[in-house]
Amino acid sequence: MEKTLFAISCPGRIGVSLPECDVPETEIPNDLARTGEIGLPQVTEGQVMRHFVRLSNRNYNIEKGIYPLGSCTMKYNPRLHEALARIPGLAALHPLSPDHTVQGTLELMHALGTCLCEITGFSGVTLQPAAGAQGEFTGLMLIRSAHLAAGEPGRDKVLMPDSAHGTNPATSTMAGMKVVPVKSNDHGMVDVEDVKAKVGPDTAALMLTNPNTLGLFDSNILEITEAVHRAGGLNYMDGANMNAMLGVARPGDMGFDVCHLNLHKTFSTPHGGGGPGSGPVCCNERLEPYLPNPVVVKNNDGYALSGMGNTSFGRLMAFHGNVGVLYRAYAYIMTLGAAGLREVTEGAVVNANYLKARLRGHYPVPFDNGPCMHEFVAGGPEMAGLGLKTLDVAKRLLDYGFHAPTVYFPLIVKEALMMEPTETETMESIDEFAEALIAIAREAREKPHLLTDAPVNTPVLRLDEVKAAKELVVVEPREES
Amino acid sequence: MNRFVPNCRTLRDRMLTEIGVKRVEDLFTPVPEKVRMRGLLNLPPAMSEMELVREYARLAKSNTSHELVCFRGAGSYDHFIPAAVDSILTRSEFFTAYTPYQAEVSQGTLQAIFEYQTMIARLCGTEAANAGMYDGASATAEAALMAMRVTGVNRVLVAGSLNPSYREVIETYLVPGGFQINEIPFGPDGLLDPGAVRTLIQGGAAAMVVQSPNYFGLVENIALASETARANNALLVVVADPISLGVIQAPGALGADIVVGDGQPLGIPMGFGGPYAGFLATSTAHLRKMPGRIIGRTEDRAGNTGYVMTLQTREQHIRREKATSNICTNQALMALANAVYLSLTGEAGFREIARQCHHKAHYLEAGLVKAGARRIFSAPFVREFALRLPGDAFEFEDRLLSAGFLPGLPVPGLGNDAMLFAVTEKRTREEMDAFIGAFSKACGEVR
Amino acid sequence: MSRIDEGIRYTESHEWVKKDGEDYIMGITDHAQHEMGEIVMVELPAQGAQAVRGEALGAIEAVKTAEDFYAPLDGKVVKVNGELDGNPGLVNEDPYGEGWLVVIRAVDPAQYDELLSPDQYRTLAGE
Repeated sequence: MEKTLFAISCPGRIGVSLPECDVPETEIPNDLARTGEIGLPQVTEGQVMRHFVRLSNRNYNIEKGIYPLGSCTMKYNPRLHEALARIPGLAALHPLSPDHTVQGTLELMHALGTCLCEITGFSGVTLQPAAGAQGEFTGLMLIRSAHLAAGEPGRDKVLMPDSAHGTNPATSTMAGMKVVPVKSNDHGMVDVEDVKAKVGPDTAALMLTNPNTLGLFDSNILEITEAVHRAGGLNYMDGANMNAMLGVARPGDMGFDVCHLNLHKTFSTPHGGGGPGSGPVCCNERLEPYLPNPVVVKNNDGYALSGMGNTSFGRLMAFHGNVGVLYRAYAYIMTLGAAGLREVTEGAVVNANYLKARLRGHYPVPFDNGPCMHEFVAGGPEMAGLGLKTLDVAKRLLDYGFHAPTVYFPLIVKEALMMEPTETETMESIDEFAEALIAIAREAREKPHLLTDAPVNTPVLRLDEVKAAKELVVVEPREES
Repeated sequence: MNRFVPNCRTLRDRMLTEIGVKRVEDLFTPVPEKVRMRGLLNLPPAMSEMELVREYARLAKSNTSHELVCFRGAGSYDHFIPAAVDSILTRSEFFTAYTPYQAEVSQGTLQAIFEYQTMIARLCGTEAANAGMYDGASATAEAALMAMRVTGVNRVLVAGSLNPSYREVIETYLVPGGFQINEIPFGPDGLLDPGAVRTLIQGGAAAMVVQSPNYFGLVENIALASETARANNALLVVVADPISLGVIQAPGALGADIVVGDGQPLGIPMGFGGPYAGFLATSTAHLRKMPGRIIGRTEDRAGNTGYVMTLQTREQHIRREKATSNICTNQALMALANAVYLSLTGEAGFREIARQCHHKAHYLEAGLVKAGARRIFSAPFVREFALRLPGDAFEFEDRLLSAGFLPGLPVPGLGNDAMLFAVTEKRTREEMDAFIGAFSKACGEVR
Repeated sequence: MSRIDEGIRYTESHEWVKKDGEDYIMGITDHAQHEMGEIVMVELPAQGAQAVRGEALGAIEAVKTAEDFYAPLDGKVVKVNGELDGNPGLVNEDPYGEGWLVVIRAVDPAQYDELLSPDQYRTLAGE
């Protein structure tokens, strides 16, 4: 256990050295002044370093080993990009600097936007959304704006397969729309007939992740998007799984009108223990006028941040998005180029299919009726017969020194284990991971307590989540004095 | 092959054999022919690591803003960042980790964020805080939505002295749900007009959203606002500059129900606007209506202290369309930067930084007024202030830019001649004197 | 095997309803609490709230799941189980007793007779 900074705090210690104040002091009015202690830690720089380094040692991370979280695309984060994003000429810019003083950054943003449009097959782009969920919101707001402009305010239903990420329905609610669930067929894909039956004059959009959360590319995609268009709806693609499609297929060519990208997935920017991400949105010409303010444009004087005028649906962030993340993603695209991006996708798809092949016979793989894309889902009702419980498998994997896959998602597969090795894993590391999973399946038959007791080789044992939710200690209590 | 894809042709062929296909293309058969790309994407040619370093150096050189002495704020501030902050952020154990879904191997992130929550709550004077939002503006919009969940009322009152970008984000978030937004005007002193507040709130409101110090840098009467809100069953949402909380009273202690803001001043570079981290602090009673992640303390099977994400049933991955927000990925690493910054500066250092900002802002304001600017508002300020210049603010901006300064921000909302200045502890007396000198010179030139 | 009590009625959404004079006490079934696991929070309606048959009245939360519970009858909520605030685990321990949720004063007593019998519910729950 690592004591908190508050527990090691000692009055009089400090972790910074500040210059003397070189101007006369101005009194803060008494009625406004903060009195009493704030309660911040009092520790030295050395103590702070030791504390956070020791905490860091209690984390798993991509440089320790495979991080096979499905739909999360945990690939290697290039070191160069960290250095580039920290160049003072790029990092120390006030966001409200006049355009002519930030031409380099605007040029980069413009170039990145152009690349993303090419990759997705669209013409319009905003780099502002801070993460995928805000990108989804952006997409639905563009769609909402288009319907309102067309005089169709009644279009407020979003068709969504039952395998959708939780953000999709949550986003629909925020955008003032209602979810209409669409069934999946026996092959794990969208039931086209169900889409046709459910589209109508109230359809705002279809929201689809393709490849879907089972890692399957929807072969009927053109028929699906066309059915929605025929009914006057628009098609939104959740780009969470774009790693399966770089240079292979483009949402703009599949009948989608808009999509978001997760730069922190597909384009290798680090996850940071939960963020920052970046969720740019690309769209076709019809939706462009509604993009959020501001966008980067190129004109005779160079590059500028420009408002979309009063057609824009508004603004998502105080400034221009997570620019530091954009710096990293652009470096990734520029390093790889068109051929390299295609290799990324091929590598990701080969790796996922290879892992699936290695596990065949040891774990059930539902919907295994052909190649998967960049990920696949193991699990299903047969797990119980094998003595396997997803949670235990996941925890036991931690004992083997691996991170666990995404568990219990998508909801349409019981006891789901959703695995995405990504292209940056070597064949050897995938073999090691597969062998651990196979060994765990054997343990489940021979020594099941190893699974139910797991993890035992981790900084802490299995944690009591019920206690956490019931007793709710979310801040360090102040010391009684 | 490239440096991020390790499986060469020989290995790949072995893998394809194991998979049971001949060629990589066979794996893409589910993608209909009609949508499959034939050629390559039309992208710029790839660059080596060395070429890319050169290219970024070129781009950085086309920027000049970072070389200017900065007197601009309005939501982003030029503070000093101790070296130790980045030293922690660049530890791959933190920056290349995912969201802490497997708590047993994520205790580092989880405990760090728990400590972050504690520091933010203490700073804001509230009982609790969440694990962070995207930025201050989206945190403010989410706080308004949260207030509407708590009260069941679908109207919010927003101070006219709120940062206009924040105001735009609130509208973007609230309008699709059919919620009503009304603006509370500010008086000649730059503060909320209490009479207008009393009138407007009678129509019923979920929340009053007030920034303090407000967009013009002025400290609002939070205790009074809270009293009025409470009397009308509305929540008070206060948007705070965290640095100001080192010198002025915590909004939570004055009765604010939700305190939000941007953590940028706490160890995060200006970075042309992001990534920053929004914070959201509130009382324990409202935790279940709160958006975003929250870390809780618990025990493991052996009774050891540990940390987990808790109250997850509010979140999108469980509650789906009924979730309190769609937020998933947040700005965790930036919240970590806040935590490291606040630990380093600590009780004494943080308060000293805030005091220096206050003193220096007052020094600069007096100097600019002496040189020919006029005060617009009379209310007390902390580290930002608006002045009326003897001429067009954009013309002054041009001249001061040429003199090597990023001056205050022209604020057309207050007139063509208004400018909003910000000062941090980083500014020296020498820099401020030089700026006052350049301003003085510009006064003679601008007509 | 979870418990299905006789002498009370059930819903397809796993609530039970017991007639008590002119009022109706409701809760969630033993089967439902088993499925959810350890309950950490119960969100109850306000006393006096309208109950609309088939619409959500409140919610029950475990660590990784949250489910709404639905009004089995039209009427008015006349009493809520305040004990659950501090002790939501009562729903796990005694779903048909101490773990009751709300009392509804129904506008149409005939609606009670339309609810599922214990046998019908047994089939539905696959017990």
